[in-house]
Order: sequence, then C-alpha cells, then structure tokens
Amino acid sequence: MAHLSASAVKQIEEIIARYKDERTPLMMILSDIQNEYGYIPLDVQELISEKTGIPVAEIYGVVTFYSFFSLKPKGKYVIGVCLGTACYVKGSQQVIDKFSEILNIKPGETSEDGLFTLDALRCIGACGIAPAITINGKVYPKVAVSQVPGIVEEYRKLGGAN
Amino acid sequence: MAKVNIKIEGQAYQVEEGLTILQAAKECGYEIPTLCAFNNGECSLASCRVCLVEATGARGLVASCVYPVAEGMEIKISTPKAVEARRFSVEVLLSNHNMNCQQCEKNGNCELLHVAKITGARDGKFLGEKTPVTVDQLTPSIVRDTSKCVLCGRCVARCNAIHGTGILGFENRGFNTIVAPAENRSFADSPCILCGQCVNVCPTGALMEKSEITEIDAAKKAGKYMVVQTAPAVRAALGEEFGMKIGTPVTGKMVAALKRLGFDKVYDTNFAADLTIMEEANELLARIKDGGVLPMITSCSPGWVNYAEYYYGDQLDHLSSCKSPHQMQGAIIKSYFAEQKGIDPKDICVVSIMPCTAKKYEKERPEMQEDGIKDVDIVLTTRELAKLIKRSGINFNMLPDEEFDQDIMGEYTGAGVIFGTTGGVMEAALRTAYYALTGKEHEAIKFEAVRGMLGLKEATLNIAGKEIKVAVASGMRNAKVLMDQIREGNSPYTFIEIMGCPGGCVNGGGQPFVKPMFLPNEDANILETYREKRAQALYSEDERQALRQSHNNTQIQALYKEFLGEPNSHKAHELLHTTYKARERFPEK
Repeated sequence: MAHLSASAVKQIEEIIARYKDERTPLMMILSDIQNEYGYIPLDVQELISEKTGIPVAEIYGVVTFYSFFSLKPKGKYVIGVCLGTACYVKGSQQVIDKFSEILNIKPGETSEDGLFTLDALRCIGACGIAPAITINGKVYPKVAVSQVPGIVEEYRKLGGAN
Repeated sequence: MAKVNIKIEGQAYQVEEGLTILQAAKECGYEIPTLCAFNNGECSLASCRVCLVEATGARGLVASCVYPVAEGMEIKISTPKAVEARRFSVEVLLSNHNMNCQQCEKNGNCELLHVAKITGARDGKFLGEKTPVTVDQLTPSIVRDTSKCVLCGRCVARCNAIHGTGILGFENRGFNTIVAPAENRSFADSPCILCGQCVNVCPTGALMEKSEITEIDAAKKAGKYMVVQTAPAVRAALGEEFGMKIGTPVTGKMVAALKRLGFDKVYDTNFAADLTIMEEANELLARIKDGGVLPMITSCSPGWVNYAEYYYGDQLDHLSSCKSPHQMQGAIIKSYFAEQKGIDPKDICVVSIMPCTAKKYEKERPEMQEDGIKDVDIVLTTRELAKLIKRSGINFNMLPDEEFDQDIMGEYTGAGVIFGTTGGVMEAALRTAYYALTGKEHEAIKFEAVRGMLGLKEATLNIAGKEIKVAVASGMRNAKVLMDQIREGNSPYTFIEIMGCPGGCVNGGGQPFVKPMFLPNEDANILETYREKRAQALYSEDERQALRQSHNNTQIQALYKEFLGEPNSHKAHELLHTTYKARERFPEK
C-alpha cells in the first residue's frame, strides 16, 4: 500500500463508500475505478480488500476474469481488433499480426511510449463491415493489412496531444 | 424441517427438504462420486461435473452437489447416460492433468485417481494443449503445482473460511484459469501464513508439504548425531496412516518406530512444552506485576505468528516473546544437551516431527539460529513420518510400546501433552500461573471452559482474589475478532491463546488426510468429529500422567538449577525467546 499517494487513497475510499450499502459491491467499485483511472493495480485491490473484507485473491480473480478490467495502465490509443468469426474469416488475424509487428507488442500489451494498447476483441457486432477494428471507440470498416501502417502513422502524428 | 418424497434407483425415500441430491443420496446409502463437493457444503461449486445424475424435472443431467431434491423427484445414478457422463467428466479432467502419479506425493490419497477408478475413466482419451503450469516451491512449507489442479475450489473455500484473508483464488479465465495467490505469486511473496489447511483439503497433488525426507538421509550420511523430537498432536493422529481408528493414541509405537529409524535420541517436545509454560507463565505474571503490555498472546503457533506479522504488525508487543516449544527444545539440545554429552553442536541434527507445515518455515527464520547453527535442522510432518516408517519396512501395528529416552529431557507432564489442541496451552499456563499466584495446585486441574472445538472461547477465572479474563481462538478469522478489539483498545482479556489451524495442532496442516472415501470404517460424519477425537486422545494421555503441571517436571527444575538459572533469566532469554517484525503483505517483486 506504500505506493499509493494519500490523495489516491482518499479518492478510492470515496468510490468504495459509494457502494457501502450494496450487498455485492465489488463489480461496481471496480467499474468505477477502471473508468476513472484506467486500470486497477494490486495496491488498489489491497485497499479495496481492506475496506470491504473481500480477499485480495478474489478481487484479483474478478479483475483478471473480465477483459474490461485492466491491471496495467492502457495506452492513449486503444486499438481493438475484432477476431470474431466473420472478421476472422475476412482476415483480421493478419490485421492484428500487422499491428503487433509495427508496434512491437503482443495483443493485451501496451507500447513502451504509452501511446498504444493492442486488444484482441471477440465479435463487436460489426460483421457487415468485416474485418473491423476500433480505436478509442472509432470504428474502421473493412481494414486491409496494407492500411495498417497508415492508421498507426495517423495516430503517431497526433501523438500525446489531446 | 419438512420432508419430501423422492425415489433413487426406483426405491422410495423420505428426506429433508432443501438437501442437495448428493446429501440426500448419501443419507439413503448411495455414494455418488464427486471431487469438488466437500464436507457437507464447505465447498460445492459444481465445477468438476463428476457427480452428474439424472433427475426428473431437470433438463438433462444435473450436478447432484448443488441440485436440491424436490417432492416426487426420481433420481437415477446408474443409467448408461449418467455413468458415461461421469466418466467423460473425469476424462476431461485427466486430459489437463499431469499424470506422473509415481512421483506424486499424494499417491495413495489421491481423490482424482479414486474417481477415475470408480467411473472407469482412462487418461489419454483427449490429447492436446494443456494449461500453462506454475510450480511454486519457494517456501520451505508448501509446494503448489498447478499441473495437478482440478480447479475444485476446496482450498479457496478453506483458506477464506478460516483466515478471512483468502490467499488463494481463481484467476484468469477459461482454459487459462488457475488457483493461485493474487498475481500468481509464490506463497513466499504473499501474506500466506503457511498453515497448510489448503494441503489438507486438496483432492490431488496440487498442494503438498515440501518434503524433507531426503534431508534426513543426507544428515545420516554425513554422520550427524540424530536427535528427534515429536510434537504432542502427532501421537494423536499417526495411527491413522496405518489404518487405526481416528483418535487412537500411538505414543509407544511411535517411539518404537523412531528408535528403529536410526535416531540416536528420541525425545518428546512435551518437555519443551513444559519449559514454554515456565517461561510464558512467568512472562505473563511479570507483565501483570510490572504493568507490561496486556493482553499477552501465546506464540507457539508459527502460522499465527505469520498472520500477526502480516496483519497486525502494529500490535506485535502483545505476543509472548517465547519461541515455540520445538524451537526451545532444539536450542536446549544444541546447548545444554550438547554440553552434557560432550558433543559439538555442529555435529547434531535435530529433527522435529510436527503436525504442521508452518514449522518448516519457522525453523529457517534468522531468529531461530545462533552463529549459523539452527535450533532445529529438519521438520517432518506427521504424514512424512508415516512415509519414512513405511519406506523402512517397519510393520507399525506390530511394534511394541516403548518409552522416550529419559535422560536430561525425557520427563514431561500432562500440561505439555495438551498443547496439541485448542485451549491446551491456555490450560497448561493456567495450571502453573494458579500455582505461582496462590502457592497451591488448582484442585480440579481441568479448566473446562477453555476446552472444546469452538473457534472462539472465553473464560473468567478467580485466582487469589483476582479476576482474570482469558480468551482462546483458533483459525485466523476468530483471531481477527480478538486482534481488532486489541487494536481498538477495548480488549477485556489478560491472556489470549491463538492457534493458526481450526481446532489447534490436532488439525494441523501436516496431519494425516481425513478423506471419508478412504475411511470406510469411520462414521459418516467423521469430518465433523475427527478434531474432537484427536483432542480426546491428548486429554486422555494428560489424565494418565502422574504429573499434570509443568512446574512439577523435575528435569525442568534441574535444567533451571544447573543451566538456565530461573525463568526469564538472561540465559533463558538468549536461548528461548525471540522477536517479531511487521512484514509487507505483497512486497514489490
């Protein structure tokens, strides 16, 4: 716990307090923390455990079960490549492999500069425009492998600017 | 409770409403094979799918461990569909299992092999990828091997129910699911207290004590002078490994076996239990007299000490500074005994036979050695001793009853024997504290209020006109209640006994497995009664002893006279006392 700042502890305690009357508050607490901070490291899980009495191992289990939760900070741009059946048949594996190659990260990882996270998604319901990818919610239809370098470059140019 | 009418295999039965099919079937005399269901609902995640049966009103097959009976339900266990489904479930489990049974420490007690045999499952039915494996053998106490795990969740339930902290949990998803401490850390890097309760409930070899049997061989080869000591709880359970009924004390046979295993001296840790009481009772009286930190808490259980260091690092001055009995005995063997016998302490190997996995860790602590010489060199569990005996070709049941070696540290009192059960250390300490405060022995000797298997007990005693409130806890969930009181400053107690395992050492993590499927001659509810039965074996040995109070042990008296001076003397502190330190729960890796 030594690694959390006093203000972070206070903010997380506030989130936990929101759900103090809930019988099973864990998912709500984790969702809020994920939304507000972008990730849920072990220090934070320890704090949740201390306040709720839920074992750390159980919290860790929930965090690693749902792909929505993340243990590490995500990149500024989260690239989600759909590997659902339709997209897969249309070649999305080659698309994600190309992203992997250019960014030098595996699916689930974040680039060292903190700019990109690459996620493998299951069906995102966009089968009509397969293979589809999303970047921070923006959907790219019918992505060809040859487009991938251009897409990455586009976001690299945006860089850290908001 | 209302009753419902059901049929099993066409036979009519009346059973209580609300029971699961598994429970109801058991009452009616049917044994449905199962892995994950354990101890009447302590764990039943319906994760293993081994207990599938047909039941009217259900779509397809149901997991009998969670499906409740209902009026008019007809249950079929033996239909080809159900039989094939159960076999299939086990074959799926086997397909992701490391089948090196010959090397597996659990061989002979493996429930997976048991259900495989019963269902007729074969390994190699499904070949393919296996879940990535973690083998954690970084602690001296417990080995976790996920290649043997069937994800039944029993250890998760036991760890959380007892300790409330829940070191073990399920992590990741689907095929990558494993049972592990958070972040798949080693037990060494997480706040595991190493009590071994998870080992006791694991159906397979996924969780086992770290064996030290080869260290015995190495010490013998090196020509060491071998001294063995046995904890009280061991004699109350060792017989189970040789087919005896639970609760059969086997003190004499155990000693006879150890003498045939090539130990030069066979001593009883009870001697040091008496010594512990002398030190601890006097420490308590001094704290009361001098206004020291109260309540004082016992420190015999290394599992409990680990817990205190992880979770109550700010309250450690409440712990008695006494080492645990086997460490005291080790320290005395390597000093007083060595001096008396003219043996270099470096040439002595002290082996402790313990009901405990945490003791394996305790002996490695830096506080438990002097100039690189450990108080205790090797700790074997009760189970390991049984393996050693079997390996050596000794027919345990035919052994005569023999006596511990009597020289120097052979004598022990009934107070030492009862250390092995919850409330025992408290009772032993009270016998001596009563004498110290009143100058008389307590008439009843027994202190009934602190006996029994309740997780949390308290008593108020009137000693020499002074009211003393005491409490006894076993299992960390119960300890937490008392510790939170202390932290908040409103603990009403003067003296507290805490043991890591529920029921105390008789139920330690190194004791023989209590698995009903392998114990056809025990009662059906044996999982509810075995702790009590083992404790009773100790109380009966206490009653058979001529001496019942630690301060009446004449060899203890001689030890003080000739060597230590008096309780809590400088020399006693050097050899018999220790220190504690707060520990980070999840240190940075």
